[in-house]
This record gives sequence, structure tokens and C-alpha cells, in this order.
Amino acid sequence: MTTYTASISMSDPNAEHYLLAPHERASPVKPREKATNVKFDRDHRETIGEYTSASARIRCRNVDVFYGEKPAVQDINLDIGNNQVIALIGPSGCGKSTFLRCLNRMNDTIQDCRVTGDISMDGKPIYGQDVDVVPLRAQVGMVFQKPNPFPKSIFENVAYGPRIHGLVNAKSELEEIVEKSLRRAGLWDEVKDRLAQPGTGLSGGQQQRLCIARTIAVNPEVILMDEPCSALDPIATAKIEQLIDELRELYTIVIVTHSMQQAARVSQRTAYFHLGHLIEVGETAQVFTHPQHQLTEDYITGRFG
Amino acid sequence: MEKSNLLMLIVLLGVAAYYRGTHRAESLIAKNGPRLHSLPGFYGYYMALWSTLPALLVMVFWQLGEGHVMTAGALAVLPEEMTKADASQISLLINDIRNAASESTYAQANPVIQAAADRYLQLGRQSNLLLTILSLCVSLVGALFAHRQIKPTFRARNQVEKVLTVSLVSCALLAILTTVGIVLSVLIESVRFFQMVPVTDFIFGLKWSPQIAMRSDQVGSSGAFGAIPLVTGTLLISLVAMIVAVPIGLLSAIYLSEYSGPRFRSTAKPLLEILAGIPTVVYGFFAALVVAPFIRDLGTSVGLDVSSESALAAGLVMGIMIIPFVSSLSDDFINAVPQSLRDGAYALGATQSETIRQVVMPAALPGVVGGILLAVSRAIGETMIVVMAAGLSANLTFNPLAAVTTVTTQIVTLLVGDQEFDSPKTLAAFALGLVLFLLTLALNILALRIVRKYREQYE
Amino acid sequence: MNDLAPHKVATSRSLDIVMEGLAKRRKAELRFRAYGLISIIAALLFLLILFSSIISKGYSAFLYTNVALDITFDPQIIDPEGTRSSDALSGADYDALWKSAVYRLFPEVTDRQKKRALSGFVGSSAGQRLRAMVKAEPELIGTTRRVWLPVDDNIDMLAKGHLGEVSELNDRNRDSQGWLVTLQNQDRIRKAINQEFFTNGDSREPEAAGIWGAVSGSAFTLLVTIGLSLPIGIAAAIYLEEFASRDRWTDFIEVNINNLAAVPSIVFGLLGLAVFINIFGLPRSSPLVGGLVLTLMTLPVIIIAGRSALKSVPPSVREAALGIGASPAQMVFDHVLPLAMPGMLTGAIIGTARALGESAPLLMIGMVAFIVDVPTGLTSPATVLPVQIYLWADSPERAFVERTSAAIMVLLVFLIVMNGLAVYLRKRYERRW
Repeated sequence: MTTYTASISMSDPNAEHYLLAPHERASPVKPREKATNVKFDRDHRETIGEYTSASARIRCRNVDVFYGEKPAVQDINLDIGNNQVIALIGPSGCGKSTFLRCLNRMNDTIQDCRVTGDISMDGKPIYGQDVDVVPLRAQVGMVFQKPNPFPKSIFENVAYGPRIHGLVNAKSELEEIVEKSLRRAGLWDEVKDRLAQPGTGLSGGQQQRLCIARTIAVNPEVILMDEPCSALDPIATAKIEQLIDELRELYTIVIVTHSMQQAARVSQRTAYFHLGHLIEVGETAQVFTHPQHQLTEDYITGRFG
Repeated sequence: MEKSNLLMLIVLLGVAAYYRGTHRAESLIAKNGPRLHSLPGFYGYYMALWSTLPALLVMVFWQLGEGHVMTAGALAVLPEEMTKADASQISLLINDIRNAASESTYAQANPVIQAAADRYLQLGRQSNLLLTILSLCVSLVGALFAHRQIKPTFRARNQVEKVLTVSLVSCALLAILTTVGIVLSVLIESVRFFQMVPVTDFIFGLKWSPQIAMRSDQVGSSGAFGAIPLVTGTLLISLVAMIVAVPIGLLSAIYLSEYSGPRFRSTAKPLLEILAGIPTVVYGFFAALVVAPFIRDLGTSVGLDVSSESALAAGLVMGIMIIPFVSSLSDDFINAVPQSLRDGAYALGATQSETIRQVVMPAALPGVVGGILLAVSRAIGETMIVVMAAGLSANLTFNPLAAVTTVTTQIVTLLVGDQEFDSPKTLAAFALGLVLFLLTLALNILALRIVRKYREQYE
Repeated sequence: MNDLAPHKVATSRSLDIVMEGLAKRRKAELRFRAYGLISIIAALLFLLILFSSIISKGYSAFLYTNVALDITFDPQIIDPEGTRSSDALSGADYDALWKSAVYRLFPEVTDRQKKRALSGFVGSSAGQRLRAMVKAEPELIGTTRRVWLPVDDNIDMLAKGHLGEVSELNDRNRDSQGWLVTLQNQDRIRKAINQEFFTNGDSREPEAAGIWGAVSGSAFTLLVTIGLSLPIGIAAAIYLEEFASRDRWTDFIEVNINNLAAVPSIVFGLLGLAVFINIFGLPRSSPLVGGLVLTLMTLPVIIIAGRSALKSVPPSVREAALGIGASPAQMVFDHVLPLAMPGMLTGAIIGTARALGESAPLLMIGMVAFIVDVPTGLTSPATVLPVQIYLWADSPERAFVERTSAAIMVLLVFLIVMNGLAVYLRKRYERRW
């Protein structure tokens, strides 16, 4: 609990600024080198920056999402690289969560939600006619904004995924997976003596880590996180952030966040969304220190949020 | 004056009082400037209330007492040896007198009765006259009193609203009064019943044959009042009903809320709800005329001996009746399960049915159980289907192909027709009513508590 | 945290396992879905069977077989003294008129037994009809007219084919069948709208039994129910939702109301019997007592619906009213109540529809008696439509089956109209805040 700040890895020392809570900063984010390096004005809608990735696991091209007739996300091109954390940031209602939910077809559960364009994982389109969402979601797990443990015991929460997918045959194997997943989620020591108690009885931060454990128990390759810390207090948030950083070694992680500090702390790449458009994407440090687009600049300097 | 006319007159007086009160308040404004405490209309209402409410109270109490005084007066005319009879004969006598008084059917009644009837009518006329004078006086005095109270500083609105609140409270209290009335009415007659038949015989007795004790000189000697066969019969039929209703209702609810498109749902759901709106007597007729013969023929064709009033037929039809009840309650509870839980399961790669069976249903279970308990309580209390389709033979059996009888059927059988309120046969119906009330009360309270707790969990 | 070794191998293996199990899981999915669909279809099938069996049994009751007889209004039989006084016209033996007309049609029937059977061809209410005709038009006496008279209910069943094939008939019915065919060939048989069914009270004779008595009984009963339960229910809902403080006392009332809504209806009948009839001495079998019992039964429904209608009015309306200085009562009656009224009325209509279909508690208070006269007021003995259905369902005559079904159809039409009204109100005044 006391050492969490030390373990946060920073890809760019310049971004240290964001590690401080807002009230600790002397002034709002300093406007760096004035507007000289901001090249694109507010009306520009084409994606700035390198949206492709050499080690792309998921490749999105010309993705549009509509709710009924209303477009929520327009013309997104983005690659999700292997074993990296990419943060999607932007003001509320900018379509970042909608886009995230396309990546494992969670939008299927919403009526009149329509997705066009190509999204492929390892070269295979995930919105193809014959694609089964079950193995897709087993590969691409998801953690939600509000912790949503099932009304079952802690053990059953984690065991549920492996059980439905038939990943294990013996009870001992199952126990092993549960323990390993809980350990990876950093929850094992806190709950190992009360695995039979309901998951809903844990604190908010513990519940969220339980949900992460539940997700990794299925052995996914990509984990989508939809503002996983927005319902948590700062200490629990720090734990989750530390966890994300550790998980990066094994998984590709896409995280939607409202907090720029969080994006700066945990991600290697950052994509900035604005009103359904992907405005700018690049290395996290670069996006935060030298934004290319006026809108990105406005957002990270706190002109709107 | 006829009572309905009197009522009309008092209402008219009330309307007149309203206008008088309003007018007076307006004239006060004209005289003293607009410094009245309340709007003029409130002074009108105030006066109208004073001119009607007390008079109506007088009428109500008069009505409650009048009948007793009239019959007592009429009985007093009769020779003494006629009124020395027991209670049931006196009530017959009173009936005769009333019939003679209404002179519709028996014009040829014997002269003694006719004399009593004349007295009865005379008392009635006197009573009406007295009531008319009294209530009109009360009404006028009330109006006068209110009229004198109307002053600029008088808080008419507060007074009117106070009366309003009191009447609202008493309407709400009627619910408690009803419960108390139910409890007392079944309890008092049950206690009388248990004075004739020991409680233990009733609760633990295995034989039910109330018909033997019909004649009053045989009271309690040979009638058997063991409630066990009725309770088991009730439970057997309810069980059959639940076996039909729970799976069909639950699965329909699941399909409608989780699978079907909006168009299918918007046609299928109201259609299902029609089943709930059909009167039970229709189900009873359907059970007796269509389902029971069908099941009997079906049984005979495979060599089974099926009673023509089998528990199966009644239970089956009752189950059909309860389907929409189960399905709409389950629908509510399934929809109350937050979408985030479903999302959690889908994100793990669970299929829709796995999500429903393993995540949604366990989460909705307390609510669904509560709903099912309410449905059981409904099945136990259901009357017309079993009266028409189940038999009267109190067999102690768990064979759904045999005929059984139920608590409600026996209540109806015992109470339809002539009632003597001192024979255990009639009183037994109230004892059964007590059993029924307690049984359903326990189920309802349990179910409502579970449901309430469940609702709080997801609110 | 030292077992964080990469699991790339394991990952690809687990995807294989998932793919392996997929077909089975998809099948389970389809099966589960099918169970749901089958359940709905089964429930709707029940509904279809119910309606079709009732309609197929009941529609024929709206028509009745009539026979044309050449009635000679013989003055010797009707009014031998020629006074034409009302008493004389009422007391005459009108049965003799139609009997002789029937015998004239079949002069070959001479056997006494067969003659009696022949006289049973025409319904026993024929005499009353002829009497009514003569009293309305005394000039008929002495003339011969062709008059359409209702046949006996057994013959009606025969004509409608409800008694089975000709080969299955017993001797007596076979004779009747023969006469029926003869008359049909002479164009003396026709089916006419069965007016008696809609205008008569109950009767032991199926051909004279009608639902008008029960319908008016239901109307009087519902009048009492609506008149009492609507104001009381709305008042109670207003009190509980708008004025009562949230304490144990209100909680107790609420639990009470919820529980009353689930008390078996027959228990309300016991209450009515013990309190309204035995203690208050109100007249047995009367719509007044029936209405009171149904009021108590309907109240919880109306209160619960009323409360949820009031709850759906947003607090901003209340705040706005209170903010401009209205008293709580003015706020409720001037602003909240008008907005909640459609919802409350919808609940009230649904509650009343339930009361209209209710029969069990009314059996307890004697509304199950055999009553021929159409009730004229709140205290005259009466029965209601569902109880009439129950009574007819119990009657042994074959002809009552179709009358029962027809009465059910009438009851269902009333219920559909009421529920339709409720749906219309809900749609018309539905408001989203």
C-alpha cells in the first residue's frame, strides 16, 4: 500500500507532471512552447499521428458506429499493438467507450447499434458473418466502469469463465487457475481465506480487481478496460494502475480513461477522441507534451473536459 | 320521506350552503377590502361541510339502529309463545314479517304475522318521519353555526383542509379495518365451531364428512371434521398447477425479456396477459367441460383409471390461469437484474443461455421465488376452478388422477344454500376460512418480504 | 508476483479448447431458446383452445330454431263468454291453441305417446307468447295466423346438430328428427335471433333463460363497487403517497394493503357474510352487499395503482406548486392529482374489470340463488353474470351448455371493452417526464 508510487513505470519522464494530483500542481498544465508546434486547427478531423503499429493485434479501418441513425463514432483507423497499453482519452460522449465495445463486439447487446468498416484481429475480421462472439470474447476480455462481480462466491466468480469454456477438467486445475488469476490481479493475499464468501461483499477496489482476475482467468490475449477506476478511490486506483502496468507483459491492453494523469501513467500510446472522431494518436509522452492538434492541446490543458 | 330523497335534499342543502358561504365571504371582501384569510370558496366549503356531514352521520347511525328497533317492536306484538323459540326460528319469523310487510308475495299470511307486519310498517313510517325532521334540523343548525363563524380572520382553508386530511386518513385506515374485519369474522365463528368440535379433531383428523351432522340433534356426534384431506387436496391441485405454471411462465418471461424482438414481445405479451384477465368461472367451465373429459378419455385409452373430476384437470387449468402471473412477475425481476452483470458474463465469452441460466437467474432468484410463493398463495385460494372441476369427495390421496376436494370447494359447499349459524356444518366453513386466511397470509408476508428485499438490493 | 511468466503457448491452447466446446454450447443455446419459444406457444395455444372451444360451443345460442304454426285463435278456447276482459284473456289455455295447430300438421300421428312427444315439439313458452299477442291485439281472436314460435330446447339442439348423427339418436329423438325434416321441407323451420337470451331473466327452461337479469345484477353491483372504491381508493392513495409521513404506522398500512391484494377472494365473501349480512342485517343476495364485498376486494388494487400513478408525477411539479405558496392540499388537488388521474383511472378500470369477473365471494353472500325477476334496485335479490355462468354450467340440460358459453362470450366482450378502455387511456395520456 505504501510503495505503489514507486513502481509506476513512466515511459516519458516529462510526463511526471501528471503524476501529481491537480491541487499539487503549481498551475494547470503549462502551455509548452506556446502554440508553435500545434499544426492543426480545431476544424481538422483527420487523424493526426501514426495510427498503424508494426505489431498490430487488432487493426481497425474506417470504422463507423451508429445508434439507430445517429453516428456515434466516425471513420476510425487505429491499430492496437501487441503487449502495449493504449489509452483512449477524450471528453464525455466522444465515442471512446463505444469504440472500445466494438473490439469484442459488446455492442451486439445494444439494440439498433450498427458497426461498419473493418475490424480484424490477427488478420481475421471480427465482424464477419460467420464469426462466433464466444471465442472472440474469450480472446478479448473486458473490464467495466463499475465493478460488476456476479452474485456468487469469490471463487465462483473467477472460476466461472474457465468453467463455461471447459478450460479445465479437474477441480485441482480449477483451483490452480483461480489462485493464479487472483495472484496476478493482486488480490490473492486479501481473499485467500474467504474464497467462499460472496464477491459482492468486497470493497469497490477489491471488486474491480476481482473482475480483472475473472477476466484473466479465461486467458485472454487482449483486455479492454472501460474507465476501470472511475468508481474507485485514489488508493484503489493506484493499485489498479500498478496492476495494469504489470499485466502489460502478458496482455495487450486498451484502456478508456477520463483521467489524463492515468493515461500518462499507464499507457505507451494514447489516442484522443473528439465528438466521434479520432483526432490524434501517438506515443503517450509525445501526445501529452507536443500535441499536434489544437483540440488535443485544448483538452490536455484543461480548456474543456 | 324516502331515505334516498332525504339524502338528495341534504346534498342540495350542502350546495346551497356552499353558495351562501362563498357569497358571504365575497360580501365581506366588498365591505372590508381583500383581507380575508382564505379564498371565498373555502368559506363556502366550510359551510357546506357543516351543513352535510353531521346530518349524514345522523342518517348513518339511524340506519344502523333502525332495523333492530323495528323488528323488536314488531316481535313485541306477537304472542309470547311465538317469540320464545330459538334464534333460528326467530330469524325465520322476522323473515316472514318482512315478507308480509313488503306484501309482494304472501298476501295470505296469518293474521298474527300480518299484525306484526303492520306494526313493523308503522314503526318504519314513524322512524322515517323522525329521521327527516332530525337530520334536516341538524343540517340547518350546522349551516347556521358555520355561517356565524365566517369572519375575515377566520381560517376557513385550514379547517376545510383538516376535514379533508381526516377523511383521507380514514380512507387509508379502511384497509386495516378490512383486515381486522376479516380476522374477527372468521375467528369468532371459528371459536364457536371449536366449542363444538375439538381443535385437534379439526387439525389432525383424517376424515371429512360434514354432511352427516346436518341435523341439529346430531351436533358433533357423527360428523367428521378432519381438515387433513382438504389441505392435502388443496396442496395436490396447487402442486399440479405450479408444475404447469412455473416452467411455462418462467421460460416465457425469459424468452420475452432476453430473446424476442420488440415486435414479437409487443404482441405476445398482451396476448399472454389476456389469460390473466379471463374470469375464473370461465376457466372452471373450461376445466369441467373440455379438459376433464379429455384427460379421462386419454387415461382410459392407455388403460388408466382416471376420475372424471381429477385433480390433474383442475390443477392443469389452474396452472394455465397462473402462467401470466408467474411470467409477468418474473419479467419484472429479470429486468431488474442490472445490465452490467449480463455484460460481465458476455465479456467472458458466455453464451446468452449461459448468461441467463448462470448469472441472471441466480441474481433474480430471490425475486422469482417470492413471485412463485405469491402464485402458490393464489392457487391455494382459487375457488371457482376447483368448485366446478374438482369433486367433493374428500380423499386422502396424492394421486393426481383421483378426485380430491379443496378447502375453498368445501367452504362454498357448506355455505351455499340454507345456513344455520349454530350448526357445526356452517361454522366449519369459517374454520376452513381461517385456515385458508392464515395459510395465504403466511405465504404472502413471506413472499412480499422476499420481494421487497430483492427490490432494495438493486435500487 | 513471481509467477508472471508468459503464457503464449497456453493461450493458443485455450482458444483451441474454447473452439472445441463451441458446437455443443451453441446447441445448448438453441435448445434453451426453443424451450422459451415452446413455452410461449404452449400458453398461447391454451388461450386459443379456450377461446375456440367456448366460441364453437356458444355461438349457436344467439340463434334459436322457430317453427311456423297456423294458429287458429279460437274464441271458444280464449274467451268463450265474449267479454274480452283482461282477466279472461290472461287466464285462457293458450297451450291448447298451439297444440291443436301442431296436431293438424301431423294428422297421421294418433298414438297417444307419440302425440305427447309431438306436443313437446314446441317450447313451453309458446303459450305465453300467444297470450302476449292476444292481449296486445284482441282483434286476432277468431282469425287464423301463421305464427313463428320457438321449438322445444331439445328440438333446437337437434336442429343445430348438437345431439349427434341421426344413427346415434334414441327413438324419441328420431321421431322428432323426422318431423323436423318434414317441417323443414315445408319451409316452416327457421333460425332467428334469440332475443329472449338478451332480454329475459333466468329460467329453468333453457329456451326462456336469458342473461338480462344477471347483466343488470352485475350493473347494480358494479355501480356500488365503483361508487365506493374509486373515491375511497383514490383518497387512500393520496394520503399514503402525499400526506403520510414515512413511519412504522404508514409502513403497517402499506403491508396491510399489499397483503389484502393477495388475500383469496372467497375470504372477502366470508367477511361479507359475517359482517354485512349477519351483523348489519343488509339484505342477502342483494347487489348492495355484493358491491360492498367487491369494493373491499378492489380497493387494494386501486390504491396500489393510484400510488404508482402519483409516484410517477415528478417532484418538480410539487416543488413548483409549493414554491408559489400553495398549501399541500392545494398542491395535491390542483396540480398533482390532475396529472395522475389517467393512471389512477386505468388502475380503477382494471380493478373493476376484475370485480366484474369475480364470482367466489358472491356465492358466499347468496347471490347464487335462482332468481327469475330482473332486479330493480340495489336491494332486490339478484345474481351477476359470472355467477349465472356458474349456475348454468351446473344445469343438466344439454341446451344450457351453449347458453353458458354464450354468456361467457358476453362477459368476455364486457371485459375486453373495459380493458381496451384502460389501454386506450394509458396510451392517450401516457406521459414521459
